[in-house]
Amino acid sequence: MHPVLKIVIQRLLLGLLTLLVVSIVIFLAVNALPGDFAQAILGQSATPEAVAAIRRDLGLDQPAVTRYFSWLADMLTGDLGVSFAQANFASFVGTSAESGSGPVTVLQQITPRFQNTMFLAGVTAIIAVPVSLTLGILAALYRNSAFDRGVNIFALSSVSSPEFFLAYILILFLAVLNPVLPSLSNIFSDMGLGERLRATLLPALTLTLVVTAQMMRMTRAAIINLLASPYIEMARLKGISPTRVIVTHALPNALAPIITVIALNLAYLITGVVVVEVVFVYPGIGQLFVDSVKIRDIPVVQACCLIFASAYILLNLLADVLSILSNPRLRHPK
Amino acid sequence: MSLWVWILLALAAIALGGWLFRYAGQRITANRPYFRDMPYGVAFGYVFAGAAVLGGIWLYFQDGAVFFRWAVHGLLGFAAAAWVFRTLGRTVGTDRTRKFFRSMPLTASFGLLIILIYAVLAIFAPLIAPYGQEEVFQQVNALPGGDPAAGGNPDHLLGTDQIGRDLLSRLIYGAQNTVGIAFATTCLAFFLGGSFGFLAATLGGWLDQVLSRTVDVLMAIPSLIFALLLMTIASAWAGTQSWQLTFYMIVIIAVIDSTRVFRLSRAVGANIVVMDYIEAAKLRGEGLRYLIFREILPNAYAPLLAEFGLRFCFVFLTIASLSFLGVGIQPPLADWGTMVRDLAQFINFAAFSPLAAALPLMAAGAIALLTVAVNFVVDWMLQKSSGLKE
Amino acid sequence: MSNLVEIRDIWIEGRSDEDWLPIINGIDLTLAKGEVLGLIGESGAGKSTLGLAAMGYTRDGVRIKSGSVTFDGIDLIAASAATKRDLLGKRIAYVAQSAAASFNPAHKLIDQHIEAPVQHGISGRTEATQDGIELYRRLRLPNPEEIGFRYPHQVSGGQLQRAMTAMAMSCRPDLIIFDEPTTALDVTTQIEVLAAIRDIVEQFDTAAIYITHDLAVVAQMADRIKVLLRGDEVETADTRTMLSAPQQDYTKSLWAVRSFDRPAKPAPATDATPVISVQNITAAYGRMPVLFDVSFDIHEGRTVAVVGESGSGKSTAARVITGLLPQSQGVIEYRGDPLPADYRKRDRNQLRQAQMIYQMADTALNPRKTIGEIVGRPVEFYMGLKGRKKRERTRQLLNQIELEPDQFIDRLPSELSGGQKQRVGIARALAAEPEFIICDEVTSALDQLVAEGILRLLARLQDELHLSYMFITHDLATVKAIADEVVVMKDGRVVEHGPKKEMFTPPHHPYTDLLLSSVPEMDPDWLTELLAERGRENIGDAAVGKM
Repeated sequence: MHPVLKIVIQRLLLGLLTLLVVSIVIFLAVNALPGDFAQAILGQSATPEAVAAIRRDLGLDQPAVTRYFSWLADMLTGDLGVSFAQANFASFVGTSAESGSGPVTVLQQITPRFQNTMFLAGVTAIIAVPVSLTLGILAALYRNSAFDRGVNIFALSSVSSPEFFLAYILILFLAVLNPVLPSLSNIFSDMGLGERLRATLLPALTLTLVVTAQMMRMTRAAIINLLASPYIEMARLKGISPTRVIVTHALPNALAPIITVIALNLAYLITGVVVVEVVFVYPGIGQLFVDSVKIRDIPVVQACCLIFASAYILLNLLADVLSILSNPRLRHPK
Repeated sequence: MSLWVWILLALAAIALGGWLFRYAGQRITANRPYFRDMPYGVAFGYVFAGAAVLGGIWLYFQDGAVFFRWAVHGLLGFAAAAWVFRTLGRTVGTDRTRKFFRSMPLTASFGLLIILIYAVLAIFAPLIAPYGQEEVFQQVNALPGGDPAAGGNPDHLLGTDQIGRDLLSRLIYGAQNTVGIAFATTCLAFFLGGSFGFLAATLGGWLDQVLSRTVDVLMAIPSLIFALLLMTIASAWAGTQSWQLTFYMIVIIAVIDSTRVFRLSRAVGANIVVMDYIEAAKLRGEGLRYLIFREILPNAYAPLLAEFGLRFCFVFLTIASLSFLGVGIQPPLADWGTMVRDLAQFINFAAFSPLAAALPLMAAGAIALLTVAVNFVVDWMLQKSSGLKE
Repeated sequence: MSNLVEIRDIWIEGRSDEDWLPIINGIDLTLAKGEVLGLIGESGAGKSTLGLAAMGYTRDGVRIKSGSVTFDGIDLIAASAATKRDLLGKRIAYVAQSAAASFNPAHKLIDQHIEAPVQHGISGRTEATQDGIELYRRLRLPNPEEIGFRYPHQVSGGQLQRAMTAMAMSCRPDLIIFDEPTTALDVTTQIEVLAAIRDIVEQFDTAAIYITHDLAVVAQMADRIKVLLRGDEVETADTRTMLSAPQQDYTKSLWAVRSFDRPAKPAPATDATPVISVQNITAAYGRMPVLFDVSFDIHEGRTVAVVGESGSGKSTAARVITGLLPQSQGVIEYRGDPLPADYRKRDRNQLRQAQMIYQMADTALNPRKTIGEIVGRPVEFYMGLKGRKKRERTRQLLNQIELEPDQFIDRLPSELSGGQKQRVGIARALAAEPEFIICDEVTSALDQLVAEGILRLLARLQDELHLSYMFITHDLATVKAIADEVVVMKDGRVVEHGPKKEMFTPPHHPYTDLLLSSVPEMDPDWLTELLAERGRENIGDAAVGKM
């Protein structure tokens, strides 16, 4: 077998293993709760029917290992369970969890929101990736110039600002003082693309500011590191033009670090999305997650957590695999 | 769409200006190498920067640009303060402190100054703040500015919140609570991550394997998400006392963050452990305590200190975010994240009362300012320790 | 005007923090067409900086303050970037020290080779490729037809260095700068590269500046030699004059280094118990075996030199003796008693008796401790001395290694020169009052004059304290200078073993013979004669491969 393929398969298996272990961690974290779990979760005001439903749902009478595997099997088949709030609500209005027209499942709750979040992340990535790569490469090429310092100060400042600070500044200038964009993102399923973009733009810009700074700094560091290598000096001493030095000598070797930078920052987006969605009341998975955390809606929290973690692990895995594939030493073994 | 047309036109003008600028430079300086070898991109950059400065000056004198003027004043004020601070550092003090300030860029001295101010605020908050953080007054929702005609109250410079607490006092106490809690959390994270990291690096073997793999798994979950998950569970565990939840939050964030500290201190430790002087000490028969405390740690201070700064920022931002989301520091403790959330709706009054709209930004800015400051200092430290050869 | 390169009164500075420090102070340099000039000096002499300046190039953080550089009538300092680009690669070429780092890992060798001729418009791709293969053949690379289609990491160091020389030749330049091209190579590989470089430079009548710190190497390569010391020129003369009649004291002292030679001590009594006896050691890193059935004895007051090239297992042998790498088979005996294989199982006295001195003094001394703390720790640890007694003993030790205690005891390692650091390393070993010291390439990171001082110190200490040394080195000159017995290692095995006198007189084991004959000598005709005598097929990697 080609050694690269072997390494890639190894990494993929490792990624899957990590995912499995993470699911155990998430499961254990929730099941570490003492006492009457369902009662503790729902508080005193819960209807007895809801408490019973949750007990049955979680199979609290079975051993933890059995529970874990049935939970995992459910997750894999897309059955993310029913949220406590929905179960409580359903039993309150008199429909039971078993009946077909029962409460909305977690999967039904999450799906549209997941799509919205992906849309937001996608728009952000489309703006942020080209901008930050350009800025990063320019800063590296003109390093220690006024441009480099300016960009660096800007990047440091926006990296270290909390997302909500950037968000409110953007709201202040682009929604309140100059009302060009809406400050609240009302997204409906039957919205046109243009309108949807307009509603998404402000949160996307906020995320862009955060991610761009980080990505740009990492790109700059990677490129400077690369430009210091002896083979770049060698190319210059061969009388190669600066453009060609960059394109044929620096770029092929910069691919791996740049890919890593992009994937790591897209992974970072996932975390950033939570706060930004709350600020703009953007109906994404982050907002749902935070709401569920506040009302301790464990099935939803677990499902969201698993989705976030999977996306995060997959992106890191992707970065890993792509940078292996772009390494000439591994592609052309001895 | 006329906006886009204007932007395009401006860009075209700058592009032309860049070419003219270089051409003029070549002519005037009789083809000096600087202008002769100047890439077009650089010339474009100069003209673009010039245009941006001119635009800024124009905007400054516009009537409506209140916030822009504040931003400019703030920026210039901070720059001046940082400059004075650095000059003071260069002339006052011992030789060593003066040397310390000599190579310092303005950004770093700005950072240092801000950190000092925050430290003073946090430590002496009860003396500086006009009122207590939980003190409730008659007038609720007093507007900032202290002008009774405009809905303010001269006793409360920044006004009061919806249940009548003095906002200035809460802002100052926020330094104590938010910064103090973040600091304690970071220390705890460092204690945990640092000790395990150095142990793993020094001992190696199965202990290292177990710890490293555990950390790998914990780091595979994005930290804010993990924190939120654990906070959910903690909230079910915590009693009715609000301090309990705050306490759980400190432990949770410290544990999550200690994984990052573990990674770093293990890497730093591993780099030091392969040094010949460690081998010499091992072959001498030295014990583990001596190895870690006398041989390894003294060489790890510099990277650890920088990491402490970065981790502090990270913890501070995480706590602020959690509080902003409503699951972090619990009332009645005053804290900046919660204040931002509570005051956020004022931002819509920007057109009528800029000061009121600035309230949530002040709390958020207080968070940003400290993290920016710490980052500036850390950036300088890192550059100083590694970047000289660049 | 016959000079190809003319450098007049050049001053070059390098940035350190906020200040500019001088690197080159007003040096003149001329080079005629087809001439080879050797630039020689110790580290920090500014040889590379001057070599690059001859190309009109300075690295980041370095600037030419004043002076002129003219290449074939073109003023390189005033020339525009485009003019310089047109010259570089085409008429002036560069061969770097580390070929492995200077080839782009992402492209095949031949693609990098033809880049200069194609970009400078000298020839087309096919033509340049054919020419490249021809050059590879002339430089005696194995498989010249195919080797160019490999990636840099697939080719060995010596071959890469020759491929880089071929690349420099690709446009048939008038001038090539060789920047220590063989420094990173083993001796047997070095000789092959030297022969190849000399041939090709002669064949095309190319002028060259050959930068090195090795006198014997420069004697083979250069027509003329220029000696530099800390940015100043010491003297310039043609090679034979310079070797036979150096004018300046500094040059003379450089030449004299190679004359240090200590008479071997009489053989030990046959029934004497050795201090350390290595018996049939076999050891492995994980599953990779590195040592096979290694045996030798080290007797009291004697020096055993362990010689071999990189990867021969000589340092691994030291790790086994100290217990850092427990052997899988065999025994180490200390005065007749077997030592536990793992150092953690040895008692304090056993640890004390075997001390170690390291190659890189930089990493051997804790940068955060003062010299007094470094040397004082073993005194306290083993001898139990504290307070004033400890300080007195430390001062005594510093005196012993010829460092003035008052001046050095409170300094940090970073405030010391390389030679001084190495002396502190010796003092730390002495502080344990051992019988046996392992010296792992202790002089190879040092300049020749400093290295000689260290060797003399070690010799004196041995006489005074009856120490036994295991002296690991790849440098046969050092062996000649200090050893009583020699162990030659190759691929983890001992290939020859005996008293020094026997080792340096024929007949030899073929590998020892190759090793000995590959060490360049100061005689400028040495390489020519050697090639005539042995033939090109019997030097370097090719010869090693035959064994």
